[in-house]
Amino acid sequence: MNMNQEHLIFEISDKGKRGFTFPKMDVPENKNLTDDIPIREDIKDFPQVSEVEVVRHFTRLSQTNYCIDKGIYPLGSCTMKYNPKINEKVAQIQSFLSSHPYLNPRTCQGNLEILHASEEMLTEITGMNAFTFQPAAGAQGELVGMMLIRACLEERGDPRKFVLIPDSAHGTNPSSAHICGYKVKEIKSNESGTVDLDDLRKNMNKDVAAIMITNPNTLGIFESQIREASEMVHSQGGLVYMDGANMNALMGVCRPGDMGVDVIHLNLHKTFSTPHGGGGPGAGPVGVQKVLESFLPVPRVVYKDGYFDMDVNYPKSIGRVHGFYGHFLVVVKALAYILSLGPDGIKEASEVAVLNSNYIRKSLEKEYHLQYKAPTLHECVFSDKVQKKHNVSNIDIAKRLIDLHVHPPTISFPLIVHGALMTEPTETESKADLDLFVKAMKQIDKEARENPEILKSAPHDSYVRRLDETKAAREPRLRWKP
Amino acid sequence: MSYISLSQKDKKEMLKVIGVSSPHELFDSIPDDIKLGRRLKISGPKTEPEIMEYFTQKAHKNKNREYISFQGAGAYHHFIPAAVDYLSSRGEFVSPYTPYQAEVSQGTLQLIFEFQTMICQLTGMEISNASLYDGASGAAEAVLMANRINRRSKVLIPKTLHPHYRQVIKTYTKNLGMVIQEIEYDDSGQISTSDLKKHLDKETSAVVCQSPNFFGVIEDLDTISSQAHENKALSIAVVAEASSLGLLKPPGELGADIVTGEAQSFGIPLSFGGPYLGFMACQKEFLRQFPGRISGETQDVDGKRGFVLTLSTREQHIRRERATSNICTNQALCALRATIFLELMGKQGLKQWAWQNIQKAHYAYSLVKKVPGVKAQFSGKIYNEFVVQTKKEWAEIEEDLMKKNITPGISLEKYYPELKRCGLVCVTEVSQKEDIDRFAELLKDSLRT
Repeated sequence: MNMNQEHLIFEISDKGKRGFTFPKMDVPENKNLTDDIPIREDIKDFPQVSEVEVVRHFTRLSQTNYCIDKGIYPLGSCTMKYNPKINEKVAQIQSFLSSHPYLNPRTCQGNLEILHASEEMLTEITGMNAFTFQPAAGAQGELVGMMLIRACLEERGDPRKFVLIPDSAHGTNPSSAHICGYKVKEIKSNESGTVDLDDLRKNMNKDVAAIMITNPNTLGIFESQIREASEMVHSQGGLVYMDGANMNALMGVCRPGDMGVDVIHLNLHKTFSTPHGGGGPGAGPVGVQKVLESFLPVPRVVYKDGYFDMDVNYPKSIGRVHGFYGHFLVVVKALAYILSLGPDGIKEASEVAVLNSNYIRKSLEKEYHLQYKAPTLHECVFSDKVQKKHNVSNIDIAKRLIDLHVHPPTISFPLIVHGALMTEPTETESKADLDLFVKAMKQIDKEARENPEILKSAPHDSYVRRLDETKAAREPRLRWKP
Repeated sequence: MSYISLSQKDKKEMLKVIGVSSPHELFDSIPDDIKLGRRLKISGPKTEPEIMEYFTQKAHKNKNREYISFQGAGAYHHFIPAAVDYLSSRGEFVSPYTPYQAEVSQGTLQLIFEFQTMICQLTGMEISNASLYDGASGAAEAVLMANRINRRSKVLIPKTLHPHYRQVIKTYTKNLGMVIQEIEYDDSGQISTSDLKKHLDKETSAVVCQSPNFFGVIEDLDTISSQAHENKALSIAVVAEASSLGLLKPPGELGADIVTGEAQSFGIPLSFGGPYLGFMACQKEFLRQFPGRISGETQDVDGKRGFVLTLSTREQHIRRERATSNICTNQALCALRATIFLELMGKQGLKQWAWQNIQKAHYAYSLVKKVPGVKAQFSGKIYNEFVVQTKKEWAEIEEDLMKKNITPGISLEKYYPELKRCGLVCVTEVSQKEDIDRFAELLKDSLRT
């Protein structure tokens, strides 16, 4: 690739150029209007460019990105599946786009029906009782989940002090618990990579508000003793939060609601095919059992006598976490996806996700070390232990994959696997693309033995080569200046 | 419709490699008695034409497009140039993940860098992040940030701050032992400086000030900031209508320590409330307590300029429970839309845009004020929204006007019980003169009966 350096827009800016023209104002102009209002000077150094320049700038910038539309993107725990184009198209329907959030419910029955139908679909898929769509992303979903737990326990008389989180959990879990006013206790994983029930028993007591559990966990292993764990927590009056980031392994096969889970968040941008957008917007709807329902954020969509309405009358509600109702357009896309697949297609998606992942695991287990040998579902976590002997790290492997035209897996997570390469292909990949990844990984293993230098200096062929992250952090340049 | 790319032959070969005879065996680690054992009760499958039909039908049940809208209150009708939709729908922007692998994500990282730069230029601040969920959660993050900086626990939020933003701040801080004190407004519709003085003390962490505020009134941020600083509290400026930044003095020149807000106005469709675009900027000294993703400039091994996500030691995936925020992503695709929008507008366009907003709103304000039975509720200077009180219930006015296909502004009584029969009207550059004139006429008709 090695294209020329794309300029920053500010560098081609010149006085008087413009990319948009306003119609002439149709009301009489009052030049003195701002006489006693504090008005700004000129916006210093703000770009002045033509439309053509803007279009070419962003077209060229886009061409330096790798994306799921281009090829396999096996980032573990991120579920980078294909984003169906019909979802995008229905989300562009004018009446959705131009819906003001303060519309009278009478004039937005369609929108409310979509939210209501989506809630029904997700409750059936997860076995939960109700959903809120307010959380804007997975991390905010976690926060809402923990707030619901706290509100419920407060009502019972004691919010409690601690939240138990397995050592394999995503970093957002402890952070969300912390913002909810809880201290975090880490629960160990056992040799097979699942929650150590003995450690859980030891730590579970009446000061513990909840356990936050990811299932399947970040190693891709199903927490087969989840019911025992749930019972242990429930018997002491605690509640069970499930991080649903890995729901893509379970759809139509089993349901969190049937495992003792009280509250779950889903990532519509993972499991339900809505695009990641280069880092958002996603959506992190939260589902609850009856015990937590009255605490859900307001407003909630209700259906009565053939009419959809927005109801704010839930006195126990935790309140709002979003300016309006969450990411409505993302919900539209997720609903389109669920309806496209239907009950059998949804289940098939999970089955093939697991098939694809196991195919990769089996194809690479001779070359790459697997710290945990237990069966895995939709993802598996290799490590760089074998290649480390040749001084090659997981980062080198990742960067070399870029030369070989596949996106690297998630690296250095979960923290319990040193030098992790967390790999999740998803169900939408063809065998040819899976084989491309396998072939690249095998080539890299060979290179690690025969020519490690080529890995350490990778990538060679990308728009930029390996970037100096230390310099970026030590000498922060976070905006352009002339 | 299915999005599987394996043939039957592929599946067979893959199962053989794995060493199982059916995909079901791969789920043996799930105990049988928690398996569902039945089909999910959901509708579908639907083909692409059927999906189109389903959503078209739902869209037909919406009647919003039959109305001329004067609603604002945190979500604004603005024109979106064609190039914004066109460029932001490119798969290279829509379908990547967060730019963790910088070498194959330069497009996203550079556009965020340009976004950060323009947010700094617009707000008059030194540092911006890559964006946050929305204005409301941005306000909450700013309050948490102030608390981390000075470890004080009281936050003063004016009643002139968007009621939903106030609710989100309360939800976010509820479990952290913080005190949220609301501050009254005066007859001008601005923060009551005497009430502010009464509550400002050595325990005060920050004073929040939205300008233009929820009533559309431009606040005296300079004075508010000075009062906060006299007590060593921080000044948090909130901008819910980002188009105002094209005209009004930037918060950075009015003493703000943190600026946050909603940038939906920058090329993001109304979309029934989301996804929108939160932004946040601050002064350099507070960088270590700043939440959210940041793109920074660096070099590759050949000395070529490049960009990476940086200063991640603030973030949850490194610091876990000690992170500055639990936030994991930003709103990259919405930030892209805003970046394209702002670059198209440019220096002159942005100014002209804000000018048209303030001119048209004042034109409407002067017409509406003259209608018998209507009075301006506040005396303060407004940007593109204003509050009027009518002698009739606002709900009745809404009924009357909707019959004539106009949605007047929102009723304020549900948020401010004391503001009886008050409505908040918004006029932007997309409001046509003839519609504004008609709005005033219909208001006159409605108040005559």
